[in-house]
Amino acid sequence: MAKTIQAPLPGTFYRASAPGEPVFKSEGDAVAVGDTIGLIEVMKSFTPVVAEEAGTLVAFHVENEDAVMAGQPLYDLDA
Amino acid sequence: MAERSFEVVKPGLATTVQDLGRPGYYHLGLPLSGAMDRFALIAANRLVGNADGAAGLEAVFLGPELRFSADALVAITGAELPPKLDGVEQPLWTAFAVKAGQVLSFAFLKGGARAYIAIAGGIDVPEVLGSRSTYALGALGGFEGRALKAGDVVPLGAPTGPGREGTSLPKEGRRPVQESGVEIRVVPGLYWHRITEGAQAGFFEDTWKVAPEADRIGYRFRGGKKLDFVPRQQPFGAGSDPSNIVDSCYPYGSIQVPGGTEPIVLHRDAVSGGGYFMIGTVISADMDLIGQLQPHQPVRFQSVTLEEALAARAVEKARLARLAELI
Repeated sequence: MAKTIQAPLPGTFYRASAPGEPVFKSEGDAVAVGDTIGLIEVMKSFTPVVAEEAGTLVAFHVENEDAVMAGQPLYDLDA
Repeated sequence: MAERSFEVVKPGLATTVQDLGRPGYYHLGLPLSGAMDRFALIAANRLVGNADGAAGLEAVFLGPELRFSADALVAITGAELPPKLDGVEQPLWTAFAVKAGQVLSFAFLKGGARAYIAIAGGIDVPEVLGSRSTYALGALGGFEGRALKAGDVVPLGAPTGPGREGTSLPKEGRRPVQESGVEIRVVPGLYWHRITEGAQAGFFEDTWKVAPEADRIGYRFRGGKKLDFVPRQQPFGAGSDPSNIVDSCYPYGSIQVPGGTEPIVLHRDAVSGGGYFMIGTVISADMDLIGQLQPHQPVRFQSVTLEEALAARAVEKARLARLAELI
């Protein structure tokens, strides 16, 4: 049963630590508690989006560099 | 642990102690600081029976998690950042009782940007130059001159006011959070003549979006057309870019446009002077509103006269006066 994980705060979503770097997670990857899924940039700081549940990342709802609102669906997790 | 205090379990993104600010030192380079949404802080303070200028917390985008050492009366106003007490959701714009040992946390932000947390008795950090506000850039005031961190134990004052559990500000007394169609009123200002007529018109016609780096120092906007400057030979003392001027004072609310590309509205923690031209000044009545704008939110600037600005200020004063009737 897939679960949708929401953005904890608004900003710009990044899937990698820097341009040209590999993405933190791809669709189909295993996710452990504490894994970084992406970064949200707001007020000149980057807040990691950290997994609070383990499972398999089924799908992203947002693209790299998309503007996100707090509470917006970020990714689906199959626990 | 102080007798009356709370412990920071999670700090949120940038949670700071703020009161109504530290006016009077701008000429020394010390900004006003204080709540970006002053109306919301005043309302929160009144809900818990505090004086308007008692120190509370300003939480931006992401709420903190706080464990209270003593019973307390708390009210949250401003952004729609739903508070939870030991996981149970509590109403906004309403005083609620917290028992010693309980944890105050927040759900995801639903609207606006900054929530204000008032606690009966206020936050009892030392006053610096007449204010408990945090000026983080200058490491001054607030809790050790910085945003809260996990593990901080923040002292609370003794409640002396008439605050009562369940006191609520009715909807008509609140300033609604605007999601769309936000207009920020501007009096075109001192260096207005530096840009072309086309650029003057374009500034007010274009839709601008809040840049993610917007903060307490300045709110940056992007997405509108680059401003064209009237050609001139740069005066002695001014930088070479056409957006440069001979150094000048920057008023609170002034809009600078470095390079003519991205307007920045200076807010509570702004620098007090520098060498960028200013297109005008946001009217005082709309400064609180700016503090509630989210990243990427579209806004337009609207040109008003000084008379219209003063009329808008009177409307805001009346909103504040109504608080006394409604709470």
